[in-house]
Amino acid sequence: MSENKTDVDYFINKSGLDSEREKEIGQHIGYRYDVNLLPDYSLLTPFLKKYMETMGWDDLNWLEDIHLGYEENRPAVFDRNINGWVSVPENLELPDNQQERDMIARELLIKFQMSPRHPMIDLNKAYRKF
Amino acid sequence: MAEVDGQHKSHGMGLHEEQLTGRTQQIFFSPEESDNFLYPESFEVDLDNKAEFDAGDMEISAINLKIRALMQAGHGHIVVKNPLAKHSLGVGILNRLKLEFEGSLGYFGCGLIDGPNVTVHGRVGWSFAENMMAGVAVVEKNAGSTFGAAIRGGDLVCKGDVGSRTGIDQKGGTVIVGGRSGAFSGFMMQRGRMIILGDAGINLGDSMYDGTIYVGGKIESLGVDAVPGEISDLEADWIERKLSAHGLSAPNGVKSLQKIVAGKKLWNYDNLEPTEKKIVL
Repeated sequence: MSENKTDVDYFINKSGLDSEREKEIGQHIGYRYDVNLLPDYSLLTPFLKKYMETMGWDDLNWLEDIHLGYEENRPAVFDRNINGWVSVPENLELPDNQQERDMIARELLIKFQMSPRHPMIDLNKAYRKF
Repeated sequence: MAEVDGQHKSHGMGLHEEQLTGRTQQIFFSPEESDNFLYPESFEVDLDNKAEFDAGDMEISAINLKIRALMQAGHGHIVVKNPLAKHSLGVGILNRLKLEFEGSLGYFGCGLIDGPNVTVHGRVGWSFAENMMAGVAVVEKNAGSTFGAAIRGGDLVCKGDVGSRTGIDQKGGTVIVGGRSGAFSGFMMQRGRMIILGDAGINLGDSMYDGTIYVGGKIESLGVDAVPGEISDLEADWIERKLSAHGLSAPNGVKSLQKIVAGKKLWNYDNLEPTEKKIVL
């Protein structure tokens, strides 16, 4: 993540192409959010608490690595199961801090991954061996 | 080479008509998504419904299929007795489940798991929980090399010592070592966290791209581009919470752990060519 991006909306409002190389290739280099940011457990949502309870986990487990990032200039969450970004609905109002945004990202990603419309469902049907 | 068949399933699915520009898949979250907590094709299991079986005389694939059949029958707590250090046990489980092995596992145990809580009451061989996606995997004794290779998520714990290249190519998740960890731990780490409560061998965090390593004991040497960092209050609370969940604690308190991060000298996309990189390092 670029070190000087303290504005939480920086990558929504700006192109984020700052270095010469980024301008040259027209793409951002590196992460656009702090991948090492640990979750603030005081901001856990009821949905996430219920998910942890269902799975039998004491904490967010794999969701500790989920953050709200960006695809082009849209807020989005990276889904490792499809190796791609999933954009947040345009009408969703985002909080003004990264920690709360990350909690929303975690909720959205669980709902998407566990949904019957997730792309992995088709792949599973086509390629599963047993 | 076999000829590519136009009748392959992927053609019917439209995968060959899709434009792959490499920039976006244009997928959006739907606000109408229901509140599911489990994968649509996972088995409905009850964590209080326990089953156990003796794996002593069974082949590896038969053991794995037996675990699957028990999950299908609704058992959410499975105990495997006498695993006898067989290889590749408990792999590819994409389900919530309590899984216990009463004994030791060979190499590549519990690889590719996504969800289960696994306990091994013994030792494990090479590459335990490689490519782990989610869940909790705890080894009560020692582990071999490449423990948690390419792990992407979840908590992976070894309460004893582990071999070399722990968490090689780690892409997420948390690896916790209660004792010592061998050479090249955190090699090519890309993100995620590693906590080593004992000593760390030579070249810790070599060529790490990102992520964080915490060490409670002596570090024999740091690898290329691994540099010390400072522990914040948020991190200290998180480490305390994580360790206590597994009945562990830092030898001299969380604040005394050494934090190692990427120096990002290898982030040379801007200008440096490989020959120039060598000069920098």
